Amino acid sequence: MRREIPEVGHSVPRFDAQAKVTGVEKYAIDHYLENLLWAGAKRAGIPHGRIRGIDTSAAAALPGVVAVLTAKHVPGTNRQGIVHKDQPVLADEQVRHRGDPVALVLAENREVLKEAVRLIQVDLEPLPAVFDPEEALQPEAPLLHERGNLLLQATIKKGGGAEALAECDVVVEGEFRVPFQEHAFLETENGVAWQEADGRITLIASTQAPFRDRFEIGHALGLDPASLRVISPYLGGGFGGKDGATVQCLLALAALHAEGRPVKMWWEREESFLAGYKRHAARMIYRLGATADGTLQALHCRLYYDTGAYAHLGGEVMELGMEHAAGPYRVPHTLIEGWCVYTNNPIGGAMRGFGVCQAAFAVERMMDRLAAKLSLDPLALRLKNGLERGDKNGAGVTMVHSTGLMPCLETLRRHPLWTEREAWKQAAGLFKRRGVGLAAVWNAMGYGRGLPDSAIARVELTQEGKIRVFNGVSDMGQGNAAAFMQMAGEILCQEASRLELIQPDTDRTHPSGSSSAGRTTYTYGNALIQACRELKQKLLHRSTLLLMLDEERGLVLLPGRVKHLPTGREVTLEVLGRLFPESDRVCISQFVMPVAQDGLDTGKEFFIGFPHVFFSYAAHLACVEVDELTGKSDVKHYLAVTEGGRVINPQCFEQQVEGAVAQGLGYALSEQLLLRDGEVLNPNFTTYLLPTSMDLPDIAVLAVETIEPTGPFGMKGIGEVGVNASLPAVANAVRDAFGHGPSRSPLTVEHLLALLGEPSRQEVGPETTGKNDSD
Amino acid sequence: MKIRFSLNGSTTQVEVPADRRVVDLIREDLGLTGTKEGCGAGECGACTILVDGESRLSCLMLAAQLQGCSITTIEGLAPPEDGSLHAVQEAFIEHGAVQCGFCTPGMVLAAIDLLKRNPDPDREEIRRGLSGNLCRCTGYVKIVGAVAAAAAPGRNPEAPREKKESL
Repeated sequence: MRREIPEVGHSVPRFDAQAKVTGVEKYAIDHYLENLLWAGAKRAGIPHGRIRGIDTSAAAALPGVVAVLTAKHVPGTNRQGIVHKDQPVLADEQVRHRGDPVALVLAENREVLKEAVRLIQVDLEPLPAVFDPEEALQPEAPLLHERGNLLLQATIKKGGGAEALAECDVVVEGEFRVPFQEHAFLETENGVAWQEADGRITLIASTQAPFRDRFEIGHALGLDPASLRVISPYLGGGFGGKDGATVQCLLALAALHAEGRPVKMWWEREESFLAGYKRHAARMIYRLGATADGTLQALHCRLYYDTGAYAHLGGEVMELGMEHAAGPYRVPHTLIEGWCVYTNNPIGGAMRGFGVCQAAFAVERMMDRLAAKLSLDPLALRLKNGLERGDKNGAGVTMVHSTGLMPCLETLRRHPLWTEREAWKQAAGLFKRRGVGLAAVWNAMGYGRGLPDSAIARVELTQEGKIRVFNGVSDMGQGNAAAFMQMAGEILCQEASRLELIQPDTDRTHPSGSSSAGRTTYTYGNALIQACRELKQKLLHRSTLLLMLDEERGLVLLPGRVKHLPTGREVTLEVLGRLFPESDRVCISQFVMPVAQDGLDTGKEFFIGFPHVFFSYAAHLACVEVDELTGKSDVKHYLAVTEGGRVINPQCFEQQVEGAVAQGLGYALSEQLLLRDGEVLNPNFTTYLLPTSMDLPDIAVLAVETIEPTGPFGMKGIGEVGVNASLPAVANAVRDAFGHGPSRSPLTVEHLLALLGEPSRQEVGPETTGKNDSD
Repeated sequence: MKIRFSLNGSTTQVEVPADRRVVDLIREDLGLTGTKEGCGAGECGACTILVDGESRLSCLMLAAQLQGCSITTIEGLAPPEDGSLHAVQEAFIEHGAVQCGFCTPGMVLAAIDLLKRNPDPDREEIRRGLSGNLCRCTGYVKIVGAVAAAAAPGRNPEAPREKKESL
């Protein structure tokens, strides 16, 4: 471990890097315990059906099979779900998508497990199925859930709403579609669980929300949450897909039937595609109106989110999409309508960008259409309408915190990729078309109103004189744990080698919410800063006793010791650790994120999460070249300018932006779940195309540093905002290259060739009456 | 069957079914969990190991294929006793190439294999050389930078370089 104080603001190497790069770090998946059993699920295999019976006899008779469990073995409500408890642990009467688990097998090894799962006979009566949200809303549509196929319908209205469109000089219209996106974390859903002799169950899982997991398991299985211990080691990627129950309830159920033996469940890649959560597919219908000089006036949009078979966080995902539907712009009149609908598709859930990704594509394409119609420069149009502090956003929330969109746009405006774009485009080779596109995006931070976005930090001087941070929020790879160590090292003035980290463990660390919503470093960081300051004060005070000082003045905390500067006397942290009892060496502090105070008379349908008040901002620019003959696109240059308050660690900041852009470019260019009757046709990395190192450009990452006074050292979360911009930036670049642009994604070779084949239409011209404005 | 091979420098003998996947043998039987598995189908590269110095996908190999071979896993690169790291590992830490870290062991070993075949690659060659290893976190920018830095210590990994004749 490196001997340096991890100063905040500096690119110190990540605290977790060494253990990861040497293979020492133990992820959930790396726990193979003695006497291990393996658990696996038999899945429905059809999109919709009624369970007439399950014959488990052949599987149960197989040597090496320990138990075969079905819904009748589930002791509690058999319902899981973060907000809506609508998802069975094991399907009871009905299966609602092909990945629904109907039986759970415990076996001595994976070979027996596989065979036993194959031997289970499920007698299913197929029911008519529905795969399109709007069809699912029809009265005659097959019903997935008793209370109907509509998970949530909601409306956000501001000013005069849609009627204000009639007053606009120009109105552009558009309809946009985006498919399901796979998280594709490399460590698939997994965990290991066992029951102790006293009945308590311990679970080591790849999870983003260990504290909430206890309540989900408790509710579903009828167990006391206090009898459950969930440990969350570093995750091999999460991106939202491990926020909520994947293996947790199944594993706890398995542990109840394993006679104290540990049980491991590890979804294979194909199973992860089949049963894991996805970014929601969406259809978005937009009308955007402005005055002749390009001042935005009114927006009406209708958003349909396909949440698949179960709610997961579908309603909240749609909520965020709606809240961001007007883009980071001043729009005085809005009517934003949303429908989040059940279908027999795979389950839509949380994913980085959380509903915003979809809406950002629509609104940023609309901005370019409007710019073309008004013959305005697309950047000028955004600069004219961008949100500033004191403005109200599209949901009517007053921007009272750091609002750095304009500096992002200004930075982009001065960048050579923008100023020299015409020359770059003209240098296109034979049969190549070049275009430059931009997108301005934002992303809310935190849970929003209705539930506390809270964290509790504990920091301790150990008996050995080390500083131990008890982290309550999972680190799925984004580096929040490393940020915490940097903050602790900074405040307590200690080298990284003196810092120790305890990862989330419901028995050892304190409830600090989920690793999600761009909140982890902000909320836990604020709690930790307070705890560290208190610990520093405590250590200085206790040192006065040992150094026989009549006041604390002149005492400083230095690496490994407390020193009295006037006399030069000092005491080491080892001595302080040994001499004082635990309560003298521990500080615990709590922080709750501030919320929006606007009295809004809209969005009443949202249970929780509406509205938000903190946002991070970004302006991205993509330089795209398309081969006219093959349709192959190449993102030649990419610029991402991001505002997230102050930067704690520039290298980690770049990591988050580069990674978000990579996922965004995958979403833009190649990634889509291909579905036929709810079946995933591309359930592997040969056919679901993730960007490889050959597919992505070097990404220019610039930070616009503002200060968010409520944030730890002035920061805000920036993990999500970047993913929202890539698709609209690339799509707008294609429009720039072709003269007309795409209304759906991804921009595959086939899609681009089809677009190229369409007669070039002008975006400038009289307003059309059709659903989709020409472009 | 009985299989003898060299594992991270030590002679190892195991009694396993001949068709046991090497990734399971390494992770589950021998406890070296630094080797990861991301897809089980040879598509992601997380299970990369070095077999006689060349990168191989351990999820596609069967135990019997190890007979008489010399295997290096991520644990074998840096002997724990002296705390020193391989230059590629150092570069990954220094240049921020590690995020969730699940692709990292495979990526490091693939990079070592690449640098053995091409000690002075440009960024394009690095991108091509690592294209069999998926990373979902980084966008590859810092991984490419780390490998470039490991290839030529002291050189600015961000600096554009002349394309070579062979390209």
